[in-house]
Amino acid sequence: MPAAKTPPARPQATVMLSRVAHSLYWMSRYIERAENFARLLDVNLQLLLDFQGFTDTTIKEHWGSILLSSGDEELFAKHYATADSRNVTEFFAFDLRNPNSIRSSVNAARENARMIRDQISAEMWETINELYLYLNARNAAEIWTAGGAGEFFTSVKRSAHLFQGLTASTYSRNEGWEFIEFGKYIERADKTTRILDVKYHILLPSASDVGGAVDTAQWQAVLRSASALEAYRRFYVSEILPWKVAEFLIFSDSFPRSLHFCVAQVDDFLRRILGDTGPRPRTAAGRASRRLLADLQSLTIADVLQEHGLHEFLEEVQKTLDTIGHEMMETTMFYPAESSGDVQQQQQQQ
Amino acid sequence: MSILSSPYVSGNFFDEMFVSPTEVRPHYQRLAGRLGTLPVAEFDQRRAAVDLAFLRRGVTFTVYHDDAGTERIFPFDLIPRVIPNAEWTRIEAGLIQRITALNLFLDDIYHGQKCLKDKIVPPALVLGAKHFRREFMNCTVPQGIYVHICGTDLIRDGAGNYLVLEDNLRCPSGASYMIENRAAMRRAFPNLFASSGVRPVEGYANELLKALLHIAPPRSDKPNVVLLTPGVHNSAYFEHCFLARQMGIPIVEGRDLVVRDAHVFMRTTAGLEPVDVIYRRIDDDFLDPLVFRPDSMLGVPGLVNAYRAGHVALANSIGTGIADDKVIYAYVPKLIKYYLGQDAILPNVNTYLPSEPLDRKFVLENIAKLVVKAANEAGGYGMLIGPAATKAECDTFRGLVAANPRNYIAQDPINLSRSPTWIDGKLEGRHIDLRPYILYGEKITVTPGGLTRVALRQGSLVVNSSQGGGSKDTWVLHGDH
Repeated sequence: MPAAKTPPARPQATVMLSRVAHSLYWMSRYIERAENFARLLDVNLQLLLDFQGFTDTTIKEHWGSILLSSGDEELFAKHYATADSRNVTEFFAFDLRNPNSIRSSVNAARENARMIRDQISAEMWETINELYLYLNARNAAEIWTAGGAGEFFTSVKRSAHLFQGLTASTYSRNEGWEFIEFGKYIERADKTTRILDVKYHILLPSASDVGGAVDTAQWQAVLRSASALEAYRRFYVSEILPWKVAEFLIFSDSFPRSLHFCVAQVDDFLRRILGDTGPRPRTAAGRASRRLLADLQSLTIADVLQEHGLHEFLEEVQKTLDTIGHEMMETTMFYPAESSGDVQQQQQQQ
Repeated sequence: MSILSSPYVSGNFFDEMFVSPTEVRPHYQRLAGRLGTLPVAEFDQRRAAVDLAFLRRGVTFTVYHDDAGTERIFPFDLIPRVIPNAEWTRIEAGLIQRITALNLFLDDIYHGQKCLKDKIVPPALVLGAKHFRREFMNCTVPQGIYVHICGTDLIRDGAGNYLVLEDNLRCPSGASYMIENRAAMRRAFPNLFASSGVRPVEGYANELLKALLHIAPPRSDKPNVVLLTPGVHNSAYFEHCFLARQMGIPIVEGRDLVVRDAHVFMRTTAGLEPVDVIYRRIDDDFLDPLVFRPDSMLGVPGLVNAYRAGHVALANSIGTGIADDKVIYAYVPKLIKYYLGQDAILPNVNTYLPSEPLDRKFVLENIAKLVVKAANEAGGYGMLIGPAATKAECDTFRGLVAANPRNYIAQDPINLSRSPTWIDGKLEGRHIDLRPYILYGEKITVTPGGLTRVALRQGSLVVNSSQGGGSKDTWVLHGDH
């Protein structure tokens, strides 16, 4: 007699609270953000060390363009007198008044992780918690004198990579995974636009107006800020040319930090999250992301430089990414956004 | 040099481990044998490793009224507290007796109020109590159980007798530390457990889940159980996550839930999903802004209505605070007699009620010799330890008691038993208490163990984590040695 056939197990209903999805998304975004700032600062500090010829003015200009591209120049000017290496490091790494500083980002990532501590693996939580403890036990003065800034940024980057690796290897591929990946790629896309925007003026249609010979070292730094130097070299096997750098960071379809690559991922995970898989998207977020992806699939670097202007193009992309992120949240998270009061939370004890 | 080599002063207290400086109680002998061979350096190393592990794993609690670093680890002492089987058997029987009587009391209070009519408890004390919920009169609770999770604080007096210090029948916390402490001890001393005959505490989460499933409304064969937390800023947030993880149930905040047609749902990315049982860690006052505090941002509007309709179960039920009111506490031995016809197995601490004229006079005259407690505070707040207080503090409390006698109780000070504790490289006696956890489901179970809290400050009798308290692993032995 043939063995009785057991019916296939019904897939367990995966129930994900909107709030949990929200926290997974932000946890992932904040970790990616911290990692990007660590890389950006590390590369630029090294760059300045390599060039003894920089005067105070050029150093100021250098950091000034980074502050400008991250959109933080006003906040910085409010709290600091000069844009020297030390102040900028303090501002981007430790300053809690800067909501995007590495420390603010890691604190926020951990706070989100804590809110969903029951959902993520022990390994993920411990990694994020250790990074938090590491950061909160240090300050800018200390890293300048002791181990050096390089070691510090390496630690931050390693922890972030470890976290992302552990997420990939310990988090189940369920709906939560889609929110994690969506958050990671949307943040990464935004940061790549900003890294590139630092040097946009050199690629103005009439670059000579801005003045100055193109500095290969600085364009190398742009690539390194996106961990793209080696990938670029393997792809082009040629010298480093500004428009090629821009082309690579915007259009590469294989490099995982290029805008095109990131937006393809954003679009994919967004469709899955919204269940918006038809040929014509039903949601506003879906349409925005498909349009952006289509641009990145069809435009050339010449179109971008000559018709849009690089800076304007990048700004437009940033706005679209914001819209996509915002609308995804609106669609999937229908609860009042305000948090309940700390005081009331603290009154509950026995 | 081992950690037992330095001289230990047991002092004029009941010491859990030592009968005299050289003689160890029988149930501590195996432990003493092992500790006697452990060099101080190695002990310190393991201690540091345990602390670091707690910090990394985020086994922390939140300190209020403290701006700098609001998360701390709960200080953990590596020398366990050991309870022999014979003592535990009595404790267990006493706790089961007590929770049975308290549950009958709650059922009575919210239905016929026989115990008031029979003058066992003065009606004014119940009807005027802060935690009495008249909104809940004549409400039927699932399976007739009011208190599903109970943490009863026990202490030992100078002669080593176990006494009940207070009942916690609303949202008692600490069970996660009982389990985490055991895990930490296993990591620090893996070999110790093989030979010691310690009963496991890890069954707690499983029993808790069973107790919660027991009260599920008969809607489906797979009820949705959730843990309702006030949020990430609550001091016990770690515990909420821990228990939710152990049981595999979602942890939700009030804003994740919504009530439609007297049914509770959670807001998921795919829409609304029904909820059957809520293990709530929010006080009654905050549970439902439509019924209790209208300014509550933690609760769920309409929840109480859904509960009344029997569409969702709550653990613990609403209004259980009336039975852990410190004034009602004084009547518990009488209530045990009244409902069960038995004498209390675990006695109370001798308690005076300022609401009674004779007691009030005595308390006001002898306040410096007594411990005075506010009737409805937790966490070691709002209390006076007369013998250790200044004259000004005594005067303040005398005024408070005279102005609002119903709100206070006074007790004889108890010299809590002490347990050897590792303090700054020496073994010193520190006062301890014990919070065992009782679960009331299909049957009543007491997890063999509990949370032993230790007052780390020398001479201190306050064991609360918010006030310099730490904890120890609690070993209940299979046998008596």
